[in-house]
Amino acid sequence: MSNFQRNMSLTGEPPKTINTQQKIASAIGLIGLALLFLALFNLDFPNKTLWLSVSLGMIAAGTIWFSIAAYANKHEGIKNDGIYFKSLTSRGFWAWILGILLTLFYMVLYWFPQYLGLVQDGDNKGLVALFDPLSKLLNGGPASQWFLYGTLYTMAILAFGVKFLLKYRNNNYEKLRTFSVMFFQLGFAFLIPELMLRLNSASFSLPYYDLKNIWPLNYYNFEQYRVDEFVSAGDIGLGLLIFGIASIFIITPILTYKYGKRWYCSWVCGCGGLAETAGDPFRHLSDKRQVAWKVERWVIHSVLVFVVLMTTAVVHSYLGDDSSKYWLTKDVFLISVASLLTLVFLGVWIFKREELQKDARIGSIAYFVIIIALIALHFTTGKTLFLFDAEILRQSYGFLIGAIFSGVIGVGFYPIFGSRVWCRFGCPMAAILGFQQRLFSKFRITTNGGQCISCGNCSTYCEMGIDVRAYAQKGENIVRSSCVGCGICAAVCPRGVLNLENGPLEKRINSNEILLGNDVDLMNYVNK
Amino acid sequence: MEHIVIIGNGIAGITAARHIRKLSDKKITIISAETDHFFSRTALMYVYMGHMRWRDIEPYEPWFWEKNRLELKKAFVETVDTANKTLHFKDGGTIDYDKLIIATGSVTNTFGWEGLKLNGVQGLVTKQDLETLEKNAPNNKECPRAVIIGGGLIGVEMAEMLRTRNIEVTMLVREDAFWAGVLPKPDAEMISRHILSHGVDLRPNTELEKILGDDKGNVKAIITKDGEEIPCCVVGITTGVKPQISFLKNSEIETDKGILVNRMLETNIKNVYAIGDCAQQREPIGNRPSVEAVWYTGRIMGEALAQTICEKPFEYNPGNWFNSAKFFDIEYQTYGWVFSESRKKDYEAQFHWKCNSDLRCVTISYNKNTNEFLGINTFGIRMRHEVFDKWLNEKRSLEYVIQNLKQANFDPEFYKKYEKEIQSKFLNQTVNA
Repeated sequence: MSNFQRNMSLTGEPPKTINTQQKIASAIGLIGLALLFLALFNLDFPNKTLWLSVSLGMIAAGTIWFSIAAYANKHEGIKNDGIYFKSLTSRGFWAWILGILLTLFYMVLYWFPQYLGLVQDGDNKGLVALFDPLSKLLNGGPASQWFLYGTLYTMAILAFGVKFLLKYRNNNYEKLRTFSVMFFQLGFAFLIPELMLRLNSASFSLPYYDLKNIWPLNYYNFEQYRVDEFVSAGDIGLGLLIFGIASIFIITPILTYKYGKRWYCSWVCGCGGLAETAGDPFRHLSDKRQVAWKVERWVIHSVLVFVVLMTTAVVHSYLGDDSSKYWLTKDVFLISVASLLTLVFLGVWIFKREELQKDARIGSIAYFVIIIALIALHFTTGKTLFLFDAEILRQSYGFLIGAIFSGVIGVGFYPIFGSRVWCRFGCPMAAILGFQQRLFSKFRITTNGGQCISCGNCSTYCEMGIDVRAYAQKGENIVRSSCVGCGICAAVCPRGVLNLENGPLEKRINSNEILLGNDVDLMNYVNK
Repeated sequence: MEHIVIIGNGIAGITAARHIRKLSDKKITIISAETDHFFSRTALMYVYMGHMRWRDIEPYEPWFWEKNRLELKKAFVETVDTANKTLHFKDGGTIDYDKLIIATGSVTNTFGWEGLKLNGVQGLVTKQDLETLEKNAPNNKECPRAVIIGGGLIGVEMAEMLRTRNIEVTMLVREDAFWAGVLPKPDAEMISRHILSHGVDLRPNTELEKILGDDKGNVKAIITKDGEEIPCCVVGITTGVKPQISFLKNSEIETDKGILVNRMLETNIKNVYAIGDCAQQREPIGNRPSVEAVWYTGRIMGEALAQTICEKPFEYNPGNWFNSAKFFDIEYQTYGWVFSESRKKDYEAQFHWKCNSDLRCVTISYNKNTNEFLGINTFGIRMRHEVFDKWLNEKRSLEYVIQNLKQANFDPEFYKKYEKEIQSKFLNQTVNA
């Protein structure tokens, strides 16, 4: 017998090494990354354009070559071999290292951009300076930490998007979806807003606007400086402002009704885009326990309430009181918000009462009463709206939700909590879309008769932590607010049980406790 | 309160328990010597392959059992005393029951070859088998080559598992192609080519003579009936399974291959029932074998028996046959009956279509006298269970099925559709015939 160390646990010692090509590719990518680190530590590159291109080129080439070496010579199909044996993808040593590095990066990005080389008045230094040439090329000005971040973010979606395309090259749904997120990130989130900055002059100025970034995900869209800029920028600005409002009140409801929230969350959204590409190797790390689902429902809806309060307070704070100057006054606005919330609340309670779980009933009543009571309190006693100053609400939301939740925890913790922590627990946009998806949409994941073998691949690879198997093994369709329609459950199912479909609202959630394959009389018996 | 005791925590036993709980407040105890909790046996392979952890193949969280008042006992039942309604455990101790459900499943079927006792010879049915494989074949240094005896569903799973760790696999198949005893020849041949393409040394028309060991009692090679010696460290025995009933040999319960039951799933002893793999129908139902070792039939029997136990006497009356599997990257579903050459009924004819990719094919069987649709095998194209169930009940014609095949498609959105290709091949064939 050899002296091979046997691990008696069920996860043994399979080959988990990467092949030679993958090693070379990794080295190339890491050298590209190391160049950025050198810039970070203030090594002043002589020809920034060249070195930035070399660095980004090597990162992209390394990632893509790595993917080709990993998948191109293998059969088309599911590529999850050894996921739970690899340190990086099973919360091992390398997962923690990556998580810590990403978290540190986000902390520096949000709160200490000077360490990245950002200089407020004067020439940039370090890493930010390295990105100056690209920034000047696109928007005409020097780079900021946000330009640096946007570039790396877009690169990540594109390079890991190619990896995802190779990994799922047997699956047209996955391919189209990935082309879509790559397109929207590159075009809408990166190039268009950067190029739009070129239109700005002393007399004309548009805010930086990623058109697909919809309120409330884009929680600052209706802040005073932006609205002022929109209004002062004439027809184009007004058009953009109207588009921003229409996005959430018209476009979103229509598309979500027809296709579910997936049209946004896994086809368009930038957060979703990163989760689906760079985050794909970590999708199985989401918590599937029922207790996680309970926490999720409270947390995400609380964030939604927070963003509604915050935005209402902010908009309220800059509106005027004189209706002769402009029809939309503080009071008109507040009453409209209260009426809209009341309408939604009553609508759900009248038409969809049966579909609300106990905690949804408690939560909806509690939050509704609190909001309306605060508004009433403001009108009757003149107390500050929502008790806190609008600016304090805005800053706390930006800090707690915008920075810590969506950035530091959302992405920094990819290798520990999975890729969709923000989308699942925090994103208020996902909450709105999910609310509609659950109650008023044609989308569902269909279960194919009695073919489920309860293997658990669907649940394991659900990045949103949905216990898909719990429904599939009962022959029930899956209609869950959190489902982003990534389609991976259907892809990994070894028995062809799951399918993402848009269909009629009737019988969208069927509950045949006795599955096909048994005597039909038995079904009648049980359903009596 | 009536005490229902279930031996076995597989899909049949757990389904029965769940449905009895839904319908009643009876005391329910589930006994298993294999694991603490129910797991998906068909998912064992994914643990070895690193797709999932053990806990991921357990469909219910640990709190589920207590919440639903399902008492779990980890013990091995050695004898069943039906006169006193008592079970005796191997480690001592007893339990009394009012009604007993035996759902002990299967064990690996062997054919008395020489060398079966050697280290490294194993099946792949239980959690213990998985642990043994992890020990026997942790990687390709410890185990450069394995030989799998038998070309069936467990055999191909085991081949796929071992290949993920780059272990060379030789697969001995008695028939002239993989699973040719069940699949029609074109289907079996396509799957055989796919298995070969995954680097498995598939040997059709080859049988095992004996297994050779070294002086430490470990496997060192096998010898085929043709006299060829193939060195290996692991021998996977996947020549089917048989009911696990050895603990009943001194009991009053009547057995043959399995535990004999009637359509009510009752054994010869009152208040003793058997479901799942271990049960054998006294009279086979339709085209079904009397012992059905299939996940779905285990589940269906559990559902039916729960009714009977809860005072709504109910026959096990399975609907149309269906099954599914996955051969490396090719998914397989079947609805109705499509027989292999050796088992084909004299009225059965088959229409076959295969995609140029060699990764998809469809075989439809029909009655050549009446043109009635009898069943379909579909590889690489997902189809809707509900639609085929309906068409089989409605006794649709072959032409109807081919014309409406699109209705049955269950592939993900944006997938290439093959119905037109299938229809045009069918038309050409009919015109030329």
